[in-house]
Amino acid sequence: MVKEEQEESPNRPDNTAFTQQRLPAWQPILSASIVIPMFVLIGAAFIGVGVALFIASRDIQLQELDYTGDDSAHPCYKCRSSTEKCTCSMTFSIPNLFKGPVFFYYGLTNYFQNQRKYGASKDDNQLYGDLDYFKDPSSSCDPYTLDSRNIPIVPCGALANSMFNDTFSLSHVVNGTQKIVPLNGKGIAWWTDYNVKFRNPSVTPLINAFNGTKKPTNWPKPAYELDTTDVYNNGFINQDFLVWMRRAALPDFRKLYRRITHDDYVNGLPAGNYTLTIEYNYPVYSFNGRKKVVLSNVSWMGGKNDFLGIAYIVVGSMCVVMSIVMLIVYAKFKFAEDD
Amino acid sequence: SWLWLHQCGFDPPHQSDTRTVYVANRFPEHGHYIPQRFADNRIISSKYTIWNFVPKNLFEQFRRIANFYFLIIFLVQLMIDTPTSPVTSGLPLFFVITVTAIKQGYEDWLRHKADNEVNGAPVFVVRSGSLVQTRSKNIRVGDIVRVAKDETFPADLVLLSSDRADGTCHITTASLDGETNLKTHFSVPETSVCQSVSQLEALHAVVECQQPEADLYRFVGRVTITQQGEEIVRPLGPENLLLRGARLKNTKEIFGVAVYTGMESKMALNYKCKSQKRSAVEKSMNSFLIIYLVILLSEAILSTILKYAWQSEDKWNEPFYNQKTEQERNSSPILQFISDFLAFLVLYNFIIPISLYVTVEMQKFLGSFFIGWDMDLYHEESNQKAQVNTSDLNEELGQVEYLFTDKTGTLTENEMQFRECSINGIKYREMNGKLVPEGMTGDSPSGSSPQLVIHINNHVKSVPFFHRVSVQITEELLFLKAVSLCHTVQISYNKSESWLGGDPFSHTNSFSFSHMEYYASSPDEKALVEGTKRIGVAFTGCSGDTMEINTFGKSEKYKLLHVLEFDPNRRRMSVILQTPSGGKVIFTKGAESAVLPFATTGEIEKTRLHVDEFALKGLRTLVVACRHFSPEEYIAVNKRLTFARTALQRREEKLQQAFAYIENNLHVLGATGVEDKLQDKVPETIEVLRLAGIKVWVLTGDKHETAVSVSLSCGHFHRTMNILELLQQRSDNECAEQLRRLARRIKEDHVIQHGLVVDGASLSLALREHEKLFMEVCKSCSAVLCCRMAPLQKAKVVRLLKTSPEKPITLAVGDGANDVSMIQEAHVGIGIMGKEGRQAVRNSDYAIARFKFLAKLLLVHGHFYYIRIATLVQYFFYKNVCFITPQFLYQFFCLFSQQTLYDSVYLTLYNICFTSLPILVYSLFEQLVHPDILQAKPGLYRDISKNSLLSFWTFLYWTALGFTHAFAFFFGSYLLMGEDTSLMSNGQMFGNWTFGTLVFTVMVITVTLKLALETQFWTWMNHFVTWGSIAFYFIFSLFYGGIIWPFLHTQDMYFVFVQLLSCGSAWFAIVIIVLTCLFPEVMKKVLYRHLCPTSTQKSQVITSRKAVRFTVVNIRSMTDCCHCGNLLNNGIHFCNVLQSLREMLRVALGFVE
Repeated sequence: MVKEEQEESPNRPDNTAFTQQRLPAWQPILSASIVIPMFVLIGAAFIGVGVALFIASRDIQLQELDYTGDDSAHPCYKCRSSTEKCTCSMTFSIPNLFKGPVFFYYGLTNYFQNQRKYGASKDDNQLYGDLDYFKDPSSSCDPYTLDSRNIPIVPCGALANSMFNDTFSLSHVVNGTQKIVPLNGKGIAWWTDYNVKFRNPSVTPLINAFNGTKKPTNWPKPAYELDTTDVYNNGFINQDFLVWMRRAALPDFRKLYRRITHDDYVNGLPAGNYTLTIEYNYPVYSFNGRKKVVLSNVSWMGGKNDFLGIAYIVVGSMCVVMSIVMLIVYAKFKFAEDD
Repeated sequence: SWLWLHQCGFDPPHQSDTRTVYVANRFPEHGHYIPQRFADNRIISSKYTIWNFVPKNLFEQFRRIANFYFLIIFLVQLMIDTPTSPVTSGLPLFFVITVTAIKQGYEDWLRHKADNEVNGAPVFVVRSGSLVQTRSKNIRVGDIVRVAKDETFPADLVLLSSDRADGTCHITTASLDGETNLKTHFSVPETSVCQSVSQLEALHAVVECQQPEADLYRFVGRVTITQQGEEIVRPLGPENLLLRGARLKNTKEIFGVAVYTGMESKMALNYKCKSQKRSAVEKSMNSFLIIYLVILLSEAILSTILKYAWQSEDKWNEPFYNQKTEQERNSSPILQFISDFLAFLVLYNFIIPISLYVTVEMQKFLGSFFIGWDMDLYHEESNQKAQVNTSDLNEELGQVEYLFTDKTGTLTENEMQFRECSINGIKYREMNGKLVPEGMTGDSPSGSSPQLVIHINNHVKSVPFFHRVSVQITEELLFLKAVSLCHTVQISYNKSESWLGGDPFSHTNSFSFSHMEYYASSPDEKALVEGTKRIGVAFTGCSGDTMEINTFGKSEKYKLLHVLEFDPNRRRMSVILQTPSGGKVIFTKGAESAVLPFATTGEIEKTRLHVDEFALKGLRTLVVACRHFSPEEYIAVNKRLTFARTALQRREEKLQQAFAYIENNLHVLGATGVEDKLQDKVPETIEVLRLAGIKVWVLTGDKHETAVSVSLSCGHFHRTMNILELLQQRSDNECAEQLRRLARRIKEDHVIQHGLVVDGASLSLALREHEKLFMEVCKSCSAVLCCRMAPLQKAKVVRLLKTSPEKPITLAVGDGANDVSMIQEAHVGIGIMGKEGRQAVRNSDYAIARFKFLAKLLLVHGHFYYIRIATLVQYFFYKNVCFITPQFLYQFFCLFSQQTLYDSVYLTLYNICFTSLPILVYSLFEQLVHPDILQAKPGLYRDISKNSLLSFWTFLYWTALGFTHAFAFFFGSYLLMGEDTSLMSNGQMFGNWTFGTLVFTVMVITVTLKLALETQFWTWMNHFVTWGSIAFYFIFSLFYGGIIWPFLHTQDMYFVFVQLLSCGSAWFAIVIIVLTCLFPEVMKKVLYRHLCPTSTQKSQVITSRKAVRFTVVNIRSMTDCCHCGNLLNNGIHFCNVLQSLREMLRVALGFVE
């Protein structure tokens, strides 16, 4: 019942650094003498980096064209409420050479791609090319799972259904004639999305895989006809589709539409007048959204973004100012360790 | 030995007040007999069976509020459509529940094993005329059990007979109450003759006794023996009862009848639940949790309301691209509202961290090992290290404001030494085994004034020439005899090994004095008997009812007629003896206040004076008295005693009356003064504790003069202190008047320090009506001494302080059973492993061997634990605010659609993996100041008093910091990405998950580095977990994002992290946001350190300087590095590194082993 406590057990605790809580330890003390030089150094470094970032960002050119057409003077005004297929064009001029490679973005505002239900309304297995999910799409796609006659929709879900379907073409006015600027639709989506995450079912021709399914209601044509010219840009691996399927984080977003990489324009868009022709389909009026086209080039750190440069300069200067403040404090109050 | 913590409230239903036990279960053949049902002898300390483990354990775990909260969240997630999958809260909950269940299951399995061992132990029982071996669990009430030497008793037995003729046996109850002395237990004469099975077979006896109760020292019963048709009734008391768990000693075998079995035995009833104490940190943690719950609820409500505000506009409610299902459109708006609210609740629920509880528990459990491991708390002489009974209160050790300490055995060694006595009005000192009257020196035993130098050895036989001297000699002799006879001391005749070992009775014939050792439950008694032995009157043995003393070589036998046992109310004990000449005499000894009022003859006044003088010297005093009975008187006395002893009802009361009747008309013989040495370093410890801002109160049962003198000698009272007295107050008014007077005196004269002495009686008066006034006086005194305190009064004083408006943290320290109530009452109870048994240690929260260890326990361990846990708690709240607030902010940008910012896996792992280890390691190893400095500068203890690191303002600071950082993470990332430009050099865009991952990455790094900033003590483990956590986060994310997970239905995170890291802007953003968050922290620390440094911070500087000096010394002693000593500036660092590397290696190797 009760254990014997007779035998004299070696009760003496171990005398090790660990048990005696005397492990060797580094005990840094944040005092002014360390922090002031550190702040000065970091501040200087930050200001340097900030200036570099700011310059890099400043060099990036940006051309933004709003084509929502809510102003009656706007060429796209007519398309705003048109239900027919509608095309409008805008002209703009580039004063200096727009250094290449130039990236062609479309932008939407007030558009909440980041809503939970909207974002979840897709079936990754379907998009991975799993035919089982063609017949029986995930219920997360509701109400875009089945059409009114209970035929499964492929690709299902609100996200796919609402795919952006304005198309653009850009022409350069050279000597009074319109010269089409070739747009490259490759490489606009993530490599991993294109190669791994999204897959067409391994059925040829692709159309057969879609037997017994319906296209999303808002789509003018089914998935297997997204790009009939290129089998590697068709179906679920259509790059426009992939770009759309990567949901934007915030309600005002830009998505990459094309890259201008063609021989004539590989160095950029030369100065001159350009015409942007828009096939206007996508309705944004109902939610006060705006649509725009953005031309931009990028540096090693991405597109035009002054934030980083400014932030580095500000924080760097703050560090320097703070170190001066601390120096004053240090001089006035001396070290605590002096008493 | 294992504790049955879980046998709480075991209370079997009783039909009647007494139970009737038929010995050997021989029930009466005629007459009505209602069989009583008794518990079997199975001990069940286990909590669960295989069948009820799962439901019972789950039920108990979910009774904890935190687990229940997470269960609710989990159920909500299961029931409604919520933003995160049920796995995110289910998995951690499952983990916590499983780990706890496994731990408890294992502990229960151990208990089962121990139970089976105990219940299956072989025992011998007399059944149908022979000795049968059976298992312990089969013993029934009424069985006659045989127990052999050194076996433990398998049930509570009434002793029937032993192998000795007088039917006595010796036992030790060390495992029950820790008392290691031998105790003699008796059997009634009628049964003690039944020494064989056949004789027992013929025995017809019935035991009637009270129903089981937990008090180990109370047993009331009687046995009725039928002999030749005649019924003989004998009383039974605790001296007849052998308790389960006690061990038979010095006796070959005994027979006993089982009266209480199994869970009804006194031992089983004594394993009670300890009262649950909660620390101040836990209390503030709980109130912080409530604040967070409020934050959570208000965030959820706000979000829900805003969601509906947005949705009132149709274009946001149901834009063309995100239509609702029919079901959603048709569902009732109220249900929709509730489900939205719940969904937000789920989304933000991580603000209350499940891992907080797990981490706190782990921290407490693991951290408490350091107390037991501490060499400085190890007592070499007694081979005892500090013991932690509960790890829940570690941090409370750093918060103590009032310390209540017992005197005897706590401040003193409890090693009594007979020093002085007063006989018949003359004071004597003991010197080298001789009694020397006052004023004489021991060097001249037969010196110039022979009439006063009474050297008994020489004079007792020779005829004294002065009559006065001869009277004095007679008185002296009587006094010494009284002292050597009036006690309950046991003798063990052992040779060399421990007394538990040999069989002393095998060589009884050859015993001599030198082999004799006294064992007594009271150290005073032992000291007295030893003292008289040294002088020449030795108690040599007690066999049966005969006490034998050896008076200067002459053996005398006294028949022990009655023992009037000591009890704390009477504060005296007596023996009634028959002298060799046949006279009946009673010897009484006890506290002077308990004896002198009943004395009528002898030198009462002188003795009183001497007692006071002894007390002033710090001696413990007892007064000895006697009374001779005439034969008629004795008959009356005997009758009264026997009547009271056999009473079944109200026996105690009747006994008290009988005692009061007998112990009267006494003749005072003298008084004794026993010295109790102060423990080592007590004054220093008290001084240090006082410097640490702890008020020390001494609570003692001793008389006021003794207490004051000990108080002075241990530095509790100073000579310069103005001692105020509240003593011997008889009435309410008088007491109030005195209190007011004292309060006035304190006010008039507040420069000088005051000390207060209160006695028990005045205290109870003061507490009854004038609690407030009393408290006021007490608080303005720097030292308070309470004397003449009963155990419950000690607890009352503690409670009074505890419940006073400031709610100070109290600590009680004591060593004896009388301190248990105080130890249990105080916030922290500390037991001293002393000589008065283990009861205090068992009931304490921490146990240490010596009073001086308190200094390190409080100043170092308390300080460490407190800063560790306080930072732990604050940091947990901080990091969870950081975690959840960006989610909340994100709702403003996603139409309050409950979109999570982070992936579910990140949500789940943030608290479990990414940020859990650094804080755990911090909370185990952090040291703000070097332990030596903490002990050298007790004032540092004040820096953390009043729960300062967990005050509302610090909490607010941490919470605000959490919010600020969360805003920085979110809006920093927003500014970077929200300008809707590409961050990649290939012009591609990021999505929402990349945004969330950026916020998350910044957060993990910032939160980890924030802790790094807080860390003062960087061991290799801190480095490992801090940098390891960040590295782990990166490695895990790369791995998690690098695979298409087959069982997940969305692959949202695929390559998100790689894409994020592949762009330079993200790196720049991470660096700038992290540093922007931390720079103000660094600034704040530096400015505070220089503008208003706390004493803790000042000492840190000393620490670091000292560390350098230490290193230098060490370097010099290291042969391979000695030249470094000269090249201080360059060398120190290098050597430092070398040395720490070495140390690290050593520790690492130790770990591997």
